[in-house]
Amino acid sequence: MSLRNYLDKIKPNFEEGGKLHAFRSLYEGFESFLYVPNTTSRNGVNIHDSFDSKRMMIMVVIALCPALLFGMYNVGYQNYAMAGLLDQATFWNKFWFGFLAVLPRLIVSYVVGLAIEFTVAQWKHEEIQEGYLVSGFIIPLIVPATCPLWILAIAVAFSVIFAKEIFGGTGMNFLNVALITRAFIFFAYPTVISGDTVWVVNHTICGLGANLDAVTAATPLGAAATGVCSGFSVMDEFLGFIPGSVGETSVIAIALGALLLLYTGIASWKTMFSVFAGGIIMALVFNTWGPEGNMAAAMPWYEHLCVGGFCFGAVFMATDPVTSARTECGKWIYGFLIGAMAIIIRVMNPGYPEGMMLAILLMNCFAPLIDYCVVQRNVNRRAKRIAK
Amino acid sequence: MANKNNEALKQPIWVNNPVVVQILGICSALAVTSQLKPAIVMGLSVTIIVAMSNVIISLLRNTIPNRIRIIVQLVVVAALVTIVSEILKAFAYDVSVQLSVYIGLIITNCILMGRLEAFAMQNGPWESFLDGIGNGLGYAAILVVVAFVRELFGSGKLLGFQVVPQWCYDHGYLNNGFMIMAPMALILVGCVIWIHRSINKDLQEK
Repeated sequence: MSLRNYLDKIKPNFEEGGKLHAFRSLYEGFESFLYVPNTTSRNGVNIHDSFDSKRMMIMVVIALCPALLFGMYNVGYQNYAMAGLLDQATFWNKFWFGFLAVLPRLIVSYVVGLAIEFTVAQWKHEEIQEGYLVSGFIIPLIVPATCPLWILAIAVAFSVIFAKEIFGGTGMNFLNVALITRAFIFFAYPTVISGDTVWVVNHTICGLGANLDAVTAATPLGAAATGVCSGFSVMDEFLGFIPGSVGETSVIAIALGALLLLYTGIASWKTMFSVFAGGIIMALVFNTWGPEGNMAAAMPWYEHLCVGGFCFGAVFMATDPVTSARTECGKWIYGFLIGAMAIIIRVMNPGYPEGMMLAILLMNCFAPLIDYCVVQRNVNRRAKRIAK
Repeated sequence: MANKNNEALKQPIWVNNPVVVQILGICSALAVTSQLKPAIVMGLSVTIIVAMSNVIISLLRNTIPNRIRIIVQLVVVAALVTIVSEILKAFAYDVSVQLSVYIGLIITNCILMGRLEAFAMQNGPWESFLDGIGNGLGYAAILVVVAFVRELFGSGKLLGFQVVPQWCYDHGYLNNGFMIMAPMALILVGCVIWIHRSINKDLQEK
């Protein structure tokens, strides 16, 4: 019996009056996840692409996979490197260690977030919304692999409810849900997401890895903010063998995802390009006129792009089609300001070594204003043309 | 008549709450609620000042020239605020330091001017007194609820006493630093409004 037949067979249970009516939204969510819905609209002329938002979300998740897989490997690599056991550990040792360290965070993120989504969908008699597929995947990638699960659960619940559901769910949120999760942890529990002791898993997992005591490993950005040199080469930072949040370290892995997003047209190349342009220009400005003795200001532009969450934010979060600017001209402004703001926050405020999160959230707030101005300028221009 | 007085006292505490329905006095509700003790003192101070100024304005209401009524009201409120502020400084100095400018800023609290204009100018002293007590307590109730949550989760304390036991901290529990910040107070007030509106369905906007 094919899957399609099975789905059709169990369908009556979930309809009004069926035994499992309470799980209607769950059923619909999975059905439309597995098969593109073949329903058509009853009135008006509509053109539907089979590439609907569920297919789009899956594409983003696939694009995130290289970053996740490399992140898992790097979590293991950092643990073995700190223990000085790198030459004894095989590739699979490192990978499984990281896999076991990251997996609980991925599960908690999905279980908590989707539970809230399903509950809300059922409660409001709506279809399940698929936006959390991507957010839930990004969240474990932008927190340290040591982040306590209960804190992650609270942060996910907070951001799904207060950044998304109260505005009307997927597509209505004006702030990036994954970043709100990170920002919540950052402001509520700063000790688990900043400093120099949280970036490396310091205990064995299922016999893998090594127990470390009093491990201190600052991220390159954290080190720069306190005015010391991290000692990592730019090549390490580019390949990703540095301490940091799980998925953000490797530029190569993120670039693979970026290629897929650009090829499928999900992410706007304009936003992505202008984030990098803004970052590079701002870094050059600080290189030239930056304050004396500020490590972060003296950091060359290519290193600024490699460290921290700059690439990850530029590729996967600045380009979020819901929260970014939607007008073509607005995308240039929006992206450029994100890149520039991120570098400004990094350099000027040592209290926030990573500026990308705050820069994107700030520009999320301004995106509607940018769009408004762009549209209004266009309206004025055309009105003038008519008046002539 | 007794029924009307009853209404004047009870309405503002829940159904027509000044903070969550009329959205007045939000500023101080955010500023003084990071701990329970200043929130209680603030709530009581506002209650006393609203009640007393309501009575005074109600007594004067037929003699105040309409054009200068705002100034008269302000003078009465300012005098009462100054008295309360001095009393706090004399008998509860620590709390008055914590509350800092917010006691003085009761003068600008919208609840006061709102009640004076909307109620005390048209009603007798006894009704006005009850209305002031009701509105003050309605304000205080929201402050206490918000401060309770903020102090409990933000510092693990209530009224300054440690409530969350040490073994929780030993097992990795952490205080939520975001609770201490003003944005969280706004979100909590929002949650109270959410609960309030889902109970009082006729307040929901279409």
